[in-house]
Order: sequence, then C-alpha cells, then structure tokens
Amino acid sequence: MARVVVDVMLKPEILDPQGKAVQGALPRLGFEGISDVRQGKRFELEVGEVTEARLAEVRTIAETLLSNPVIEDFEVHVEENAQ
Amino acid sequence: MRVGVVTFPGSLDDVDARRAVRVAGHEAVALWHRDHDLQGVDAVVLPGGFSYGDYLRCGAISRFSPIMTEVVAGAGHGLPVLGICNGFQILCESHLLPGALIRNDHQKFVCRDQRLRIESTATPWTSSYEVGQEIVVPLKNGEGCFVADRDTLDRIEGDGRVVARYLEVNPNGSMRDIAGIRNERGNVVGLMPHPEHAVEAGFGPGTDGLGFFRLVEALVG
Repeated sequence: MARVVVDVMLKPEILDPQGKAVQGALPRLGFEGISDVRQGKRFELEVGEVTEARLAEVRTIAETLLSNPVIEDFEVHVEENAQ
Repeated sequence: MRVGVVTFPGSLDDVDARRAVRVAGHEAVALWHRDHDLQGVDAVVLPGGFSYGDYLRCGAISRFSPIMTEVVAGAGHGLPVLGICNGFQILCESHLLPGALIRNDHQKFVCRDQRLRIESTATPWTSSYEVGQEIVVPLKNGEGCFVADRDTLDRIEGDGRVVARYLEVNPNGSMRDIAGIRNERGNVVGLMPHPEHAVEAGFGPGTDGLGFFRLVEALVG
C-alpha cells in the first residue's frame, strides 16, 4: 500500500480568519514572535500502487473535489513507507 | 408555476422556501437530492442550511449530488435557479456562479435583519423589484463572506451582475458589500440573506422577501 497526500491551502491573497484566530491565541499561551498563521487541510489517500496514471487521477480529485480552485491551491506528494 | 425546492441532507430552510413559494401563489414541489428528476418544474430553489454538515467546504459535496447534475443542465437551458445561503454556496461550488463564500471575516455566526439594495432586476427572481429598491430580510450565516479576484469582481460589477448589496452594515466581510449575484443570462441567482423568512406579516421583519418568489414572467432566454 502507498499513501498519496494532498495538502490544500487557501491562496495567499484570501483572508484566513481561522488562521488569524489561531495566531491571536498564541500570545495568550505565552508564544511570542509568530507573525502569521495559515490553516489548511491535509488529505491522505491510500492507493494500491503509485503510478503516473494514479497520480494524475489524484490531481483530478484534488482539483474537482478536495480543493476549490477559486480560493485554494493544492500540492500532491507521495508518502514513502506508509503503513 | 411549479417551483421545485431541493432538500439535501442537512437542509434547514427547505420548508420555509416551499411555504414562500406557496405564499407567492405558486405550487411548491419537493425535490430530493438523490433523484435525477426535476419533475418538470419551472424553477428551482436551493435552500439554506448545512448540507452534508458543511463538510469539506460549504456546498462542496452537494454539488456532486444527482439532483445537481439536473439543476446544472437545466440552468444551462435557462431554468430559473435561486440559491439562498447554502444554496448560494452550492451554486458557486458548481461554477454556475463566480467567486466563493468563505468564513465571515469576524469569525462569528451572524444573525440579523439586514437592509439590502436590489441592483439588478434582470432576473426572474428580482423582476418584481425596482433597481435601487431597499429591502430588509433576515441574514444568518457563518460562511457568507463573498470573495473573488479583482478581475472577476470588476467583471461582475461592470456587467451589472450584482443582484443585491449590503447596506449600513457589511455583516460578513463580503468584498464590495456583495450580498447576491447572477449569471450572465440572469436565470441563476445566488443570495446570502434569506428572503424566504420575510414573506408573511408577523413573521420576520416584514414581507420584503416575497418579491423573490413572485417569479413574474421575466425576460429570460
């Protein structure tokens, strides 16, 4: 089994109120100097075998369902030694 | 007219929307998300709520429901479609409308009677209003912040496709105070506030919302 990971992040120009809220909480916990926090999503897709065709399929999944290209970017990578 | 109202798992305002359709003098037809059948309706309302629990992104999973295949095809042929709140989110996810709706800039759910200005009456849903008319209807959302890139916003505004704009207060951070937009043809409208909650005296802030459901035979097509 192999694992393909899709990371989805809001585009840099899109406001991320959740990230801002997390950043705002950090000083209250005593953590200073974190200038920005952006929150994203990580999807782990278990696939039988990683082939070019499979990766192309995952990219299609990422751009049609897992992300909204109007507001989000995504990255696909293969995680080695997944259980 | 026969007006279909789709119920998704997690829809909240489908019953109110059907009631608004009847109060406006039309027949309300309940449509089910898993059906591939619009039952020959003359128009469709995608109601507010939290379809699929807002999982993934609001409206992202509903977009791929069987009924939406039919709604998207119908919209392409000029079928009037109104998406309210979650329905607006579904229309954006379906790419029937440009832009997207993200979490309110202030992070809090907002629920208030909201003043709007109607700016486009070239849609079957707003043809009973006057351009510039101000109405007050309830607004309730957690992810109602309308965003799009600058070119898209300029194009929407330049083409007169802003259907309604927030007045007095921008309740959710929406760019350029946009509360609702339409597609180029005018048959598809998305609106974040809830006209279906303002159709009967004594319930809600008034009856300003009723005009959306009158569906005066409009210049569509």
